[in-house]
Amino acid sequence: MADSMTQPSRNRASTGDDRPIGQPIDRVDGPLKVAGRATYAYEQTLGGTPAYGYIRGAAIARGRIAAIDTSAAERAPGVLFVMTHRNAPAQTAFGPSVTPTVPEAFTRARPMLANDRVRYYDEPVALVVAETFEAARAAADLIEVRYARESGVFDLHTHLDDAYAPIRTNAGFETDSAVGDFMGAFSRAAVKVDATYRTPYEHHNPMEPHATLAVWSGDEVTIHTSAQTLANYQAGLANTLGMPPERVRIVSPFIGGGFGSKLIVHADTVLAALAARVLARPVKIALTRQQMFANAGYRAEMIQQVRLGADPDGRLIAMGHDVHSATSRFEEFCEQTAVFARSLYAAPNRLTRHRLVGVDLNRGEWMRSPGEAPGMLAFECAMDELAERLGLDPIELRIRNEPSEDPERGVPFSTRNLVDCMREGARRFGWERRNPQPGCIREGRQLIGYGMAAAIRPNYIGATTARVAIDADGQVTAQLDMTDIGTGTYTILTQIAAESLGVPLSAVTVELGDSRFPRTSGSGGSWGAASTGSAIHRACAALKTRILEAARSNESSPLYGMDLAEASFVGGEVLVGERSENLADLIRRIAPEGIDAEGTVASVRETESYAAYSQHSYGAHFAEVAVDCDTGEIRMRRMLAVIGAGRILNAKTARSQILGGMTWGIGAALMEESVLDSRHGHFVNHDLAEYHVPVNGDVQDMQAVFLEEHDDKANPLGAKGLGELGVCGAGAAIANAVYNATGVRVREFPVTLDKLLPELPMVAI
Amino acid sequence: MQPFSYERAEEVRRAVAAVAVNPQARFISGGTNLLDLMKLGIERPTDVIDISRLPLDRIEAAEEGGLRIGAQVRNSDLAADPRVRARYPVLAQALLAGASGQIRNKASTAGNLLQRTRCYYFYDRNMPCNKREPGSGCAALEGLNRMHAVLGGSDACIAVHPSDMAVAMTALGARVETLSPSGDTRTIPITELHRLPGAEPHVETTLEHGEMIMAVTLPPPPAGRQIYRKVRDRASYAFALVSVAAIVAVSNGQVRSARIALGGVAPKPWRAVNAELALAGAPATERTYTQAADAALAGARGYGGNDFKIPLARRTLRYTLAAAGELV
Repeated sequence: MADSMTQPSRNRASTGDDRPIGQPIDRVDGPLKVAGRATYAYEQTLGGTPAYGYIRGAAIARGRIAAIDTSAAERAPGVLFVMTHRNAPAQTAFGPSVTPTVPEAFTRARPMLANDRVRYYDEPVALVVAETFEAARAAADLIEVRYARESGVFDLHTHLDDAYAPIRTNAGFETDSAVGDFMGAFSRAAVKVDATYRTPYEHHNPMEPHATLAVWSGDEVTIHTSAQTLANYQAGLANTLGMPPERVRIVSPFIGGGFGSKLIVHADTVLAALAARVLARPVKIALTRQQMFANAGYRAEMIQQVRLGADPDGRLIAMGHDVHSATSRFEEFCEQTAVFARSLYAAPNRLTRHRLVGVDLNRGEWMRSPGEAPGMLAFECAMDELAERLGLDPIELRIRNEPSEDPERGVPFSTRNLVDCMREGARRFGWERRNPQPGCIREGRQLIGYGMAAAIRPNYIGATTARVAIDADGQVTAQLDMTDIGTGTYTILTQIAAESLGVPLSAVTVELGDSRFPRTSGSGGSWGAASTGSAIHRACAALKTRILEAARSNESSPLYGMDLAEASFVGGEVLVGERSENLADLIRRIAPEGIDAEGTVASVRETESYAAYSQHSYGAHFAEVAVDCDTGEIRMRRMLAVIGAGRILNAKTARSQILGGMTWGIGAALMEESVLDSRHGHFVNHDLAEYHVPVNGDVQDMQAVFLEEHDDKANPLGAKGLGELGVCGAGAAIANAVYNATGVRVREFPVTLDKLLPELPMVAI
Repeated sequence: MQPFSYERAEEVRRAVAAVAVNPQARFISGGTNLLDLMKLGIERPTDVIDISRLPLDRIEAAEEGGLRIGAQVRNSDLAADPRVRARYPVLAQALLAGASGQIRNKASTAGNLLQRTRCYYFYDRNMPCNKREPGSGCAALEGLNRMHAVLGGSDACIAVHPSDMAVAMTALGARVETLSPSGDTRTIPITELHRLPGAEPHVETTLEHGEMIMAVTLPPPPAGRQIYRKVRDRASYAFALVSVAAIVAVSNGQVRSARIALGGVAPKPWRAVNAELALAGAPATERTYTQAADAALAGARGYGGNDFKIPLARRTLRYTLAAAGELV
């Protein structure tokens, strides 16, 4: 990585531009990836010839392994080891069935093959390790398992009476919130919407499956894997194996997508570490695509009731968002689905609640825009329904309910440009061409519709430290255990370091993805850029202070004895007033061995600014769809997002993030659904042929526009998280466009043609 | 996947003999379906005979103006052939509506015809499936059956045949030439290549073990405008929920002839003979096409999740017939 990252950059912006932050710089890791030279976890060959593991999963969703016969597998050609609950090495027990504390969910022991219980369909019941992947897979098929099957609970809808309130939601939010008298105000409201929406199980499906190569050296293990957050993997594996975390090294320089499914250790990591220790040989394991549906997290099915009550002018007087979600019975996960609604619109009487129903599935996990993705899908459709009932334009309705301060916290917003996003979007999209009467615009056999929705997402910062060093040649190296999951982290950190130190981009090498580097937030929650960018910024500031102090006390420096308060680092020079010295020359003299410094940011919740301000990113999504009047097929025509997310660090990677999020919106609105067969407790369509995500043909004209913004309350850079903002509300804009096109309101996602068809009139030929 | 022997066939008769002697042997060509099934342990051949390089990859003029398509012609080459594009556009459209560019580059003509169903339960060995394991039951009848058949199914199986190409070939009246292990050649109308499931859904074709498809012959194109319309959940790379291949000839406001096949609705490419009969000689009006669409779906049966396919097929057929029949 390091070698290839120091290639001179050919980025246009690097030629003579001293202000690289914000520039649309190409990904610094791009050439490695397109040339196939970026080595992913399963491709690693370190530590000697590896053995290959293949996981055999349970054929039942709940019960016990009554008997397991591995003799045929053990005799199969090339097989080295077969692990089951009968011979698996000792591991820390899983622990109590429900996890009330958020940090423990990230780090708790996750033992595999620990006992004869089957808690969910396709849970690992055996591991075969062989000389080749093929031999391991063939032998895994020879294992005979007899189960004592028990009945399980799988259906959310028929178990709503068993719902319970969790202690808090994911990300530590209050389970419920209440302001004023919601029920009283809602019952008195002149205009009401009371709508219930269903959002389905969804799976992340990153291109790169979960995969690990485990290499032991003495009592230390190195894990080459595909991880978003190395600290969690280190702690989770160390806790599982009952060993000190400093003896676990996690390496993950390249990640082929994660979307929240790679925040904690999974079966591949734990089993590879166990088997490699037993065999005293490196072991590689990857989950198959089918196995990922059971063993790598999901977004749970939800039923959301949204109640909106307004006065005749369209001012909300009551706003309620009630969420029922499925959750694993052995490990709770409560997506913060209604939390965004606490900050989005003004209303004096408010109610948000989260309830859970236990089912016999594996644990749910964080899936791109947890909370907002399903929550805004429902809520922003309900706002569309309310606008129609009021006879108001959907944008005007939102403007009339724009709060002057955070409606539930009572603190000012740091920056909030939602209204500007909507107005700018309306202008660019040609919103005035929308016919508020649905089902009226037809082009040939296509019904055309426009829809919009607002976007909001909290700004998070995770505790992060970064180290920046400069050597006697003026080469800068930044190290931190951050990951680049395809978002552009390598690139933006390169830009920030280059600008902070006044050196060209080509002089900066960013090294990520090694738990030996300083601890960071990792990638998740769209907090990576703000957290690690701020830490790099501070590390560079600290480094400059060290350099200047050394220069001022160095008699042979032109800067000797000067007041360096006004010093600046530009163009490879240190400037003070009329004087300057070449940075590399200075380092060579004051620190021939190089010099480094660290910078740190605290978790956002520990900052005064978080307590004093409501910090969110905002946006407005617009969509145009065409619906075939004969078949009900829905096809995207255009999408536009206008985003206010603080300072943009790289216009190109930021745009890519938003476009990717909008594409997730297409998936959520129109395609994605993991169908749970409640007879068997398994996800039926568990492959990419039948779990549909948008393909190129589904993604038509798509635009992302950023408003000029700088949020000085958020962090030293003025930047806020934006990756997941592209998802928030995007699906609702599409669903609202489908309604505008057809006059058919589908409240059960995804909106597919079979749900439209019964309501679509036959059109004369 | 269990270990297997692999042999690249050099000669047609030897390939047929090699498969014929071993009930566990299979031909392989593009492998776009068989290989997946082998990885999942659904197909477990002991011997795989690769016939992809046999000299069966030519598209030639046939008697009386038809076209003879070698069994090993790739889907992408067939779709790009100027004669196909000019004279059999319904076939070119169907091919290009199928799978992805990469898969079409690998998939052969014969392999496309012989691909197996995409039923989710057929693909999951933990689930009962009469096609995969005769007598084990059908999980789709009362399970997720959104993709399943509304015509031609049985209480044992409601899986659909997933091909687009075969639907167009059915409308075109294609014939399938085969070579059997005994050395006999025969020609089967494409409508007789696939069997309906009945009580034996695991027996999918009328071919005997080891019988090899050599070519598909298209008669001269029927009179009329040809259209292939595929309805699917996303814009590309999805199997048909419903597809229609229609060829309708109209003159002086009257339908002279019509050939219609449906995909995505039945265990085999479904020739809609009733609809063809309803159209022949009728006035070329919206009413005629609507009635023909109704006739095509008479007797259709839904199983819950696929109920929508009946109105969907009717509506798609109505409009596609009208478009082929020069109303639009």
